[in-house]
Amino acid sequence: MSETFILEARALRKYFPTGASKMLQRPTDLVRAVDDVSFGLRRGSTLAIVGESGCGKTTLGRLLARLIEPTAGSVVLDGVDLTAASARELLELRRDIQLVFQDPYACLNPRHSIGQSIGTPIRIQKTLDKAAEKARVRELMELVGLNPEHYNRFPHEFSGGQRQRAGIARALALQPKVIIADEPVSALDVSIQSQILNLMEDLQTSLGLSYVFVAHDLSVVRHIADEVAVMYLGKIVEIGDPESVYRRTAHPYTKALLSAVPVADPRRAAGRQRIVLTGDVPSPVNPPSGCRFRTRCPKAAERCAAEEPVLSARSGDQPSGHRVACHFPE
Amino acid sequence: MIFFVLRRSIFGILLLLIISAFTFWIFSALPSDPAALTCGKNCRPEVIEANRERLGYDKPLIEQYGSYMKGIFTGRTYGEEGAAVHCPAPSLGYSYDRHECVTSLIASTLPVTASIALGAFVLWMAIGVGLGTLAALKRGKWQDRVATAFSVIGVSLPTFFLGLIFIMVFVIWTGILPFPRYVGLTDNPFEWFMALILPWLVLAIISAATYVRMTRNGILEVMNEEFVRLGLAKGLPRRRLIVRYVLRAALVPIVTIAGLDFAFLLGGALVTESIFNMPGLGKLTLAAVVNSDLPILVATTMVAAVFIVVANTVVDILYGYLDPRVRVK
Amino acid sequence: MTLLSVQDLHVTFGTADGAVRAVQGVSFDVEPGETVAIVGESGSGKSVTANSLLRLNFGADVRIDGRILLEGRDILAMDETQIRSVRGREVAMIFQDPLTALNPFYTVGHQIAEAFAIHHPGTPKRELRKIALESLNKVGIPEPSKRIDQYPHEFSGGMRQRIVIAIALVNSPKLLIADEPTTALDVTVQAQILELIAQMQAEHGSAVILITHDLGVVAEITERVMVMYAGRVVESASVADTFLTPTHPYTRGLLKSVKSLDAGRHERLESIPGIPPSLINLPSGCPFHPRCAYAESLGGRCETETPALHLVGSSRSACHLPDERLLGLLGGGV
Ligand SMILES: Nc1ncnc2c1ncn2[C@@H]1O[C@H](COP(=O)(O)OP(=O)(O)OP(=O)(O)O)[C@@H](O)[C@H]1O
Ligand code: SF4
Ligand code: SF4
Ligand SMILES: [Mg+2]
Repeated sequence: MSETFILEARALRKYFPTGASKMLQRPTDLVRAVDDVSFGLRRGSTLAIVGESGCGKTTLGRLLARLIEPTAGSVVLDGVDLTAASARELLELRRDIQLVFQDPYACLNPRHSIGQSIGTPIRIQKTLDKAAEKARVRELMELVGLNPEHYNRFPHEFSGGQRQRAGIARALALQPKVIIADEPVSALDVSIQSQILNLMEDLQTSLGLSYVFVAHDLSVVRHIADEVAVMYLGKIVEIGDPESVYRRTAHPYTKALLSAVPVADPRRAAGRQRIVLTGDVPSPVNPPSGCRFRTRCPKAAERCAAEEPVLSARSGDQPSGHRVACHFPE
Repeated sequence: MIFFVLRRSIFGILLLLIISAFTFWIFSALPSDPAALTCGKNCRPEVIEANRERLGYDKPLIEQYGSYMKGIFTGRTYGEEGAAVHCPAPSLGYSYDRHECVTSLIASTLPVTASIALGAFVLWMAIGVGLGTLAALKRGKWQDRVATAFSVIGVSLPTFFLGLIFIMVFVIWTGILPFPRYVGLTDNPFEWFMALILPWLVLAIISAATYVRMTRNGILEVMNEEFVRLGLAKGLPRRRLIVRYVLRAALVPIVTIAGLDFAFLLGGALVTESIFNMPGLGKLTLAAVVNSDLPILVATTMVAAVFIVVANTVVDILYGYLDPRVRVK
Repeated sequence: MTLLSVQDLHVTFGTADGAVRAVQGVSFDVEPGETVAIVGESGSGKSVTANSLLRLNFGADVRIDGRILLEGRDILAMDETQIRSVRGREVAMIFQDPLTALNPFYTVGHQIAEAFAIHHPGTPKRELRKIALESLNKVGIPEPSKRIDQYPHEFSGGMRQRIVIAIALVNSPKLLIADEPTTALDVTVQAQILELIAQMQAEHGSAVILITHDLGVVAEITERVMVMYAGRVVESASVADTFLTPTHPYTRGLLKSVKSLDAGRHERLESIPGIPPSLINLPSGCPFHPRCAYAESLGGRCETETPALHLVGSSRSACHLPDERLLGLLGGGV
């Protein structure tokens, strides 16, 4: 197993209590942000996790990086169980798995120069001395397409795209094996998005990186993913090779997501049949019984309310291939 | 809403209990021995012991706290036989230093502090919010600059310094005002007013400085909110937009901070009362500190805590009323 | 009669760092009932243009020049009372962020009713409530009679955007300006809102100016497209022309950067190099020249001479390249 997978999630769960801080309120309400999620990330490949806001994709990313503690389940990095590691071991293992955020400001201290910010992980982990750190940061800046002469400039002097490059450089500082990128291009302009996506692809090839790429948009993912997982209310509802997930879509939710993506082609836009879902995503505090998608699913039947569908291979597919959680897949 | 008020009130009462116990504990843990303080400098140890017993300081802390709390509701008799003094409920202790019930000491000083606090509060809110609003609406113009200068100077002025300057200018040099000497409102309203003008002004100017800045920044921030732009796009007249959209949103947080500041002031305006020789809670506390008069200190601390907790509760409830987002369904 | 005619609009902000020339010489017309899109990257001046149409640049140190004619009346020359009767009645607006666009202190019913009452003073309370109820119903809020007395924070983002739309349409405006109405929403909710806007437009016969950075949204619901770059319109054409024969290198770059569901695995995206210019220190000549792959082929002309919008085929383009090259942009390489 650990031969092929660099990173594995095994039955991960994260429940957040709500209202516990308010006096005299029942602390029993739980937000099931991530609820029994398992997958494996193949070495040197990209797994994309797609879903709408509140589906738990950001929480999942944070669990994988061990920024937060899972309620249950485990994360296995290169054969080592992160959830069982001691604090000392964890510090070391953290080098191998780094995060890139949607808002690069999240990891760039506005009062530090961009060079200092990029070098922060090196200073925390004390892997290099001062001079070597500076040299390494310059190297990293070059690598991500920033001018190393801008070492002493401050984050606000850079554009959004450049700040995201700095965020990537910082993530690369400790030569990680895995990068978790949480919507790294969502806040950027279209033309800049392409620059960053291309940069990430180049880095993957040259450094042999593996990515978990969190996104809300299936079209961005198309260009970068080797495997795609669609999440709804804390669960993976469909996962598989993008070729298969996009062309032979099995889950009604994935179908709706795909059809909701606006197509930048007026000829096709006109003739396209669109599935417009009704309503909003229900609250993850009290998700619907049975299949969580049933309140918005055009195919929902009685069985969907009674019985929760399990993620299983599509007929004709291998157990590790294209899997879907639906009683009535297409 | 009723549930919310109820919950907040219960919470407030609990908090007060905890604070009172904590205050009690802190003061008992102080190195100074309250029993020793009851009998002059060259006291014999036996007398101290006897006094300790008489005053109940030999009992376990819990028991002392218990009788203290009971005293608040039933009144309490201190000492025995001929030397016994009865303080009726609510009894907050007996000061052996002053030979007076603490409650009556507080009852005589509180109106002074309340007079100072109330007037200063009204004045500072008027100046602070008024000037702040003006500055925001005339942003970049001279009004704004004057207001900003006022707030910068006000923030950096120490209270005693401003107080002394005012005394110099208004009392000593020009003689416009008499030297402040507190007179009860019911005794002579005019003299009451004249005596309080200076303390009010000093406190108001110092506090208003912060409020000018808070109001100005709050308003400017709200003006950039999208909902204000939507209000404008609807066709709302400017006046209505500013009152119902901008001010409403900008003032809610300010009102709540002001409530707490006011309560804090009610606990005693130490410096101001000292400078203007006002016999208020602040001066009482200060004197108690100097004389290590523990019963008074415990009581004034508790009174201040009550004000702050009550204000906190009121402000929370008010906030829930003013801002629907914090209302609990 | 042309509904809206914007002529040579210039908007400049005074800031501590210098004058920000957010919009420079923008001109366009909108016919009654038409849907026009304004597309461009962040900072290209889309929102500033939109806000200027109703003079909403509230509280900023701003200078607006040019003419904005609404059925012949110049909005920029109107006094406070006149402009107020246009706002919300003849021209209404929808903003990007539904989470902050509603006043948190008043119920949604109140806010819809207020939008109507401003322009119909003296309407009885009962009537207003009925109107608010109907509006909520029309924009698809379930259980409107219960929801009418709730506050904005009790609604989801998609619902709030529906309420903002209800407010905008309560007076059946002639023109609806939608500034990135779906950018902050999830894709499935975006689809709902776009459909609602189209449906409401059909019902009220309003013209729509849709501002977006998403070319996909443009292709779905509009008829005409204006592409803005650094405060200028660089191309103006029908939707079909924009997508099939773009006549400006920037438009071409935008189209090539669009991510497609049909892309092959790891298919490389074309991207526009560099970043949009600072509006305080604009490049000389064509503002796009530091990022334009075609500039070199024109000698130094792009650096010195600002191209004006002119007819190329059936589109209008602001580029110095000869027509035949512009018309073949999408096919040929650089
Ligand atoms: N009040 C203001 N003061 C100073 N500059 C401003 C002001 N409002 C807008 N600007 C500037 O005008 C330029 C154009 O802004 P605008 O908001 O129109 O861009 P946009 O095309 O709508 O971008 P986005 O896609 O980010 O919404 C920006 O550089 C912006 O910083
Ligand atoms: S299980 Fe039922 S409700 Fe769920 S997605 Fe499948 S058909 Fe829809
Ligand atoms: S004018 Fe020159 S720089 Fe500008 S778009 Fe055309 S070719 Fe490029
Ligand atoms: Mg904008």
